Amino acid sequence: MAAAFDEMKGTDGLARPAYEELAGWLGKIPPDILQQRSREAELLFRRIGITFAVYGESESTERLIPFDVVPRILAAKEWDTLKRGLEQRTKAINLYIKDIYSTRDVLRAGIVPEDLIFQNPVFRPEMNGQRVPHDIYVFIAGIDIVRVDSDTFYVLEDNARTPSGVSYMLENREIMLRLFPDLFARHRVAPVENYPDELLATLKSAAPATAAADPTVVLLTPGIYNSAYYEHSFLADKLGIELVEGRDLIVKNETVFMRTTEGLKRVDVIYRRIDDDFLDPLSFRPDAALGVPGLMSAYTAGNVTLANAVGTGVADDKAVYSYMPEIVKFYLGEEPILKNVPTWRCREAEHLSYVLDNLAELVVKEVHGSGGYGMLIGPKADKLAIEAFREKLKRDPRGFIAQPTLALSTVPTLVEEGLAPRHVDLRPFVLTGRDRTRIVPGGLTRVALKAGSLVVNSSQGGGTKDTWVLDN
Amino acid sequence: MLSRTADNMYWLARYVERAEYLARIIEATQRLTAVPTSDGATTNEWESAVATAGCAAAFFLAHKEANEQTVTDFLAFSPDNPSSIRSCFEVARSNARSVRTALTVEMWDAINGTWLELQKLGAGPASREQFANFLRWVQESSLRFDGSAYRTMLRNDAYWFSRLGVFAERADNTARILDVKYHLLLPPQEHIGGPLDYFQWAAILRCVSALTAYHWVYRESLKPWLIADLLILNDQMPRSLASCYAHLVEHLDNIARAYGRQGLAQRHARQVRTRLENSRMDEIFKGGLHEFIGSFIADNNRLGALITEQYLL
Repeated sequence: MAAAFDEMKGTDGLARPAYEELAGWLGKIPPDILQQRSREAELLFRRIGITFAVYGESESTERLIPFDVVPRILAAKEWDTLKRGLEQRTKAINLYIKDIYSTRDVLRAGIVPEDLIFQNPVFRPEMNGQRVPHDIYVFIAGIDIVRVDSDTFYVLEDNARTPSGVSYMLENREIMLRLFPDLFARHRVAPVENYPDELLATLKSAAPATAAADPTVVLLTPGIYNSAYYEHSFLADKLGIELVEGRDLIVKNETVFMRTTEGLKRVDVIYRRIDDDFLDPLSFRPDAALGVPGLMSAYTAGNVTLANAVGTGVADDKAVYSYMPEIVKFYLGEEPILKNVPTWRCREAEHLSYVLDNLAELVVKEVHGSGGYGMLIGPKADKLAIEAFREKLKRDPRGFIAQPTLALSTVPTLVEEGLAPRHVDLRPFVLTGRDRTRIVPGGLTRVALKAGSLVVNSSQGGGTKDTWVLDN
Repeated sequence: MLSRTADNMYWLARYVERAEYLARIIEATQRLTAVPTSDGATTNEWESAVATAGCAAAFFLAHKEANEQTVTDFLAFSPDNPSSIRSCFEVARSNARSVRTALTVEMWDAINGTWLELQKLGAGPASREQFANFLRWVQESSLRFDGSAYRTMLRNDAYWFSRLGVFAERADNTARILDVKYHLLLPPQEHIGGPLDYFQWAAILRCVSALTAYHWVYRESLKPWLIADLLILNDQMPRSLASCYAHLVEHLDNIARAYGRQGLAQRHARQVRTRLENSRMDEIFKGGLHEFIGSFIADNNRLGALITEQYLL
């Protein structure tokens, strides 16, 4: 594994242009000021965050995700490339999902193997031949990006179902504005606070043809016991829409209504944060108490928009991921602007034998896993773990993909001993509406707080940073 | 607004109000039992406290005997009693969480802070002194929540539903204490009790935090019929039945105006208020205080059912 690229110091140890001002500032301030601001940030999170967070609960430690006060900075030019790449990728994803549930050109052309779709539990036969409003399937995408050098960004993962984390992007900025007004005066940082407005505009643009002129949008949550509940209530609050649970909705004459104090009120767009499986007990899991009986009937009748659509898992499955560059080319006839991490598909014999021979150097992931669980990081694993994984892999090669161990870029991060480089990734949020695509500059930067660790997931010791996109 | 949100606001307010009332009952009973028997009543005060809290049936399923230990534990801390102070705050917090977006930061702070304190308490306070502090803290928590709602909420349906909860619960509490203690509140001509009842009367007033108010209103020593008048008909007294119904009618009217239509709940609340306005204490005594209170409790329960039917389902 090569030495990691540091986003502040670059390769020559001198501050890269986007970080010049910050590096100078960090060099001048009294040494304990960052620790002090960091403590203030935690207090603020508890106070501002208290509006949304569920702090105090026994499981709360996991929910108050550590926040690092040193921002991660992207130059305008870097962001511009990312933005074009993200737009291109989500455009292709939407065309691809539409194709999968209609004419399946991509399968007939042999770009993606059929069994990868039809034997995949995230494939929803209910969606076959089903048109969705404006042909948009993925209204909200969270596309995970990693960086390995000054020019190379890779897409690590496409999250096309119910990506979360945007509330941290918004809160992180609020906290930073309070703590470091001085730094903001020295930088021209593109704002992110318009995200809720952009999201609402996107959702409204997706209303079905039968909706009223000003469509009613709601956010459907599994309820207070869901680990992302605070984000759901935060967003509903910022969007000014009702936060509903399944039991608040009722389907009559293939139309969705919510129960209000003034009687039943029609619902046109549902920003759902419930998985497909739990949406409608009549269509999917019959024991799904969280869902709305009959919701799929209203959906297929075209009387309600679900954002994201049902069945988008066929796009963000890790097994499908490796075909994304071909998918982009197939639908758009363009070279992908954002590269994929080189990926070996263990389902293919040649790839498998390479992976088995090089386990100690590779990262091997479960095709259906998420959250950084169930994966092998070769260089960090001992012999025993590697051998155990080898057996697992041989038993079910289709269940795994492998990638080189990437030297994720680092950004200075405040740790006990002071500032130290820590690996980061980036999750920008791409909004696709009927009218246009909207991407708020930046996204959520996740940082692996343990020295040398590559796992940024909050469930495994990851933290977050504010992400700055500089104006020229 | 969502019916579930309105329902949560309504019950959130009810449970916080109930917790405060329970704390007052326990406090007043403790004082009463501290009075030498020769000066006080001979009945079991702790049994009476359970009845006043409206959970006698549930209590005697769990305990054989009503004494300070069993009753305070049951009313304050028992997780098995759905109306214990602990349960009230638990349910209130859980309701608050699911309607986070309808609450102001201050309200959430108040109820969440209370709940966090409660977690620290564990099985209950170790000493009598700590317990006394606990009871005061419960009342302060309720005041803080109520005050936050009053000072920070938008005056819209969310606010009105939470107020309906407060006043429906308050009316129920005041009526319940009158129902249990009615035999002590006799009209002047029938009143044969001696000074022995004095401490009972003071205890009743303490339960509804009206001891000082009594003196300001009547400027007399405690007379049982005046106590009844204060708690039933006096609309200056915030916990009187008349005052609660003035508020219930007001907030139901606000909702009806905002929604552009009224229903059975509005009509029923107005009827109850009119009956209170047109009543005089001597007539109430003539018809029987116990009967009057009994029919009021039934009416108040019916209002709760009507509000639920009309708005909360």
